[in-house]
Amino acid sequence: MAVKSVIEAVREAMFEEMKRDPNVFIMGEDVGKRGGVFLATRGLIEEFGEERVIDTPLAESSIAGIALGAAMQGRRPIAEIQFADFIWPAVNQIIGEAARVRYGTKGVLHVPMVVRCPYGGGVRGGLFHSQSPEAYFAHTPGLKVVCPSTPYDAKGLLKAAIRDEDPVVFFEHKRTYRLVRGEVPDEEYVLPIGVADIKRAGSDITCISYGLMVHYCLEAAEMLAKEGVNVEVLDLRTVRPLDKEAILESVRKTSRVLIVHEDNRTGGLGAEVAAIIAEEAFGHLDAPITRVTGPDVPAMPFSPPLEDFFMPNPEKIAAGLRRVASY
Amino acid sequence: MVRSRNTAATQTRKAAEHAVAEVLTPDVLLGWYSTMVLVRTLDERAWLLNRQGKAAILASSQGHEATQMGAVWAAVRYSPSLAIFPFYRGLATAIATGITPTEALLSILAKAGDPASGGRQFPLHGAVMTPKLKVINISNVVATQIPHAVGYALGCRMSGDPTVTMTTFGDGATSEGDWHEGMNYAGIYKLPVVFICENNGVAISVPQRKQMAIVNVADRAAGYGMPGVVVDGTDVMAVYEVVGEAVRRAVRGEGPTFIEAKVVRLLPHTSDDDDRRYRTPEELEDMKRRDPLKKFKEHLMEQGILTAQLDEQAHKEAKEHVDRATEAAEAAPFPDTGDFYDHVYASE
Repeated sequence: MAVKSVIEAVREAMFEEMKRDPNVFIMGEDVGKRGGVFLATRGLIEEFGEERVIDTPLAESSIAGIALGAAMQGRRPIAEIQFADFIWPAVNQIIGEAARVRYGTKGVLHVPMVVRCPYGGGVRGGLFHSQSPEAYFAHTPGLKVVCPSTPYDAKGLLKAAIRDEDPVVFFEHKRTYRLVRGEVPDEEYVLPIGVADIKRAGSDITCISYGLMVHYCLEAAEMLAKEGVNVEVLDLRTVRPLDKEAILESVRKTSRVLIVHEDNRTGGLGAEVAAIIAEEAFGHLDAPITRVTGPDVPAMPFSPPLEDFFMPNPEKIAAGLRRVASY
Repeated sequence: MVRSRNTAATQTRKAAEHAVAEVLTPDVLLGWYSTMVLVRTLDERAWLLNRQGKAAILASSQGHEATQMGAVWAAVRYSPSLAIFPFYRGLATAIATGITPTEALLSILAKAGDPASGGRQFPLHGAVMTPKLKVINISNVVATQIPHAVGYALGCRMSGDPTVTMTTFGDGATSEGDWHEGMNYAGIYKLPVVFICENNGVAISVPQRKQMAIVNVADRAAGYGMPGVVVDGTDVMAVYEVVGEAVRRAVRGEGPTFIEAKVVRLLPHTSDDDDRRYRTPEELEDMKRRDPLKKFKEHLMEQGILTAQLDEQAHKEAKEHVDRATEAAEAAPFPDTGDFYDHVYASE
């Protein structure tokens, strides 16, 4: 076991999968000699050549659309969208087209492609380098949407995404890239998509989250522990398909739920998770399902006090946990 | 035939003409004519089925047949294998690829036996795959298939697959960003793609002069570093020739070609459209003079290849064929909902 960062884990996953399967290739903006703006693809062009690490023109729709075409031909493209904020021109090719190929051809064709997107805020990125668009994709049947929080999960899930027979949108939280480090096994492993993970076992409240927020939830859980409240932190890891059983099992155990996400509140993943709990575990609840989320403003502002006001943090999450605990 | 001043296209012209003379025997031409008559008869029948309330929606290929069929026939003839990404107006494309009238009508009537999507999609959308010929049309959102075709060709190059990729679209599609992005990428990497613009001069109701500031869309090809060829898309032999050239260019590894086939759209945009709101009777009469079927018939008669008797026979056989197909398709079952949830994801 070695301690690695999220960005190293992402890079290793791609390296190993490209070594394993000659059909895997990367395309995106600056992914070649530059190694990607976050250096996720650093060293890959030297190892695999420019035929498999393709610097594309600045054209997100066709990055997705060409990857889709290549996937229908049998390749396994990893399309990198430089920032999730730039994914909107590609939305039609991902949501409109890729998600519907298998259903619309009755399984004659399918799309084994991955769209990798650095996302999220807390990096002083302003309106157009901080967005969390995962809910838009999670709404779409035909897509899988993964939002890992740790190096271990990022590596195992990205490998699974590359091997998956369906289109996977893989959101990597930018703030976790170098901030979050953790143990990554030296030996080969793959993690299943669609399986949540209990990052901290507890008995009093279930705190459900994904991505960077998982770490803030863990910090908040430690604060609550000092106050005698034992919080379970459930990391969804995949936001489509949701691991319903893991959610319900934890809720049946604790009877109290706080859902946390950085994305804004309305129509976010929290709404879906809350609906699942309300529909299927209503009788187990001792308190209202509560959310701590980004606020309903169009995007995360640039200036530090404004960005800090937007971002959920351990203190805000701890306040939410206290509210649920004391109901 | 008008051509843009493009050396690559001109250089190969002589060789192409030679090859065309070689294959286009009277028998071949008569076969083409019969098939075009069959497609026209089928198209008219489908329209009738729509008016009877049996077919929900149709985009007729009347007026586009020479381009759609000539292109497929040339591409099949000159490529080792072919992947086609057609647009929504592709009945004649479909029949040229070997889809039968019965299969087409199963698709038009949204029956379970629809070979492209089992009735899930609009007529002839989905995928029909054989080892040598793949027809892929996963969407009817305009121009989205352009990057798909380019990506498919990229995949072929990566895997050493000698398949040539062809995509068809209307003039309206050339205003879309996906068209530009796909053309640009194919140009940069010299991918084996043949782009065929079936320019009928109108995007639903919007005339070309309101879509672009140029007369020939093919002029844009230069901006993507590929030859741009303008052809009379109502002349099946002319289309066959230029597409044949483009396909051989692709096979030789010389990269993509853009072909602008000037066609006429003889019917409204779809069965839900009423073109009397935006086209005059005079315009429609003028277009009928450029009807590709009529032009081909006149040409073959002038050449003494087609006789009135053979023409009558072709129409009679087409009607009988389409009658049988209609009967079979109407009697065929609709899809049931037993597999409604299948194929959302790979089964575990």
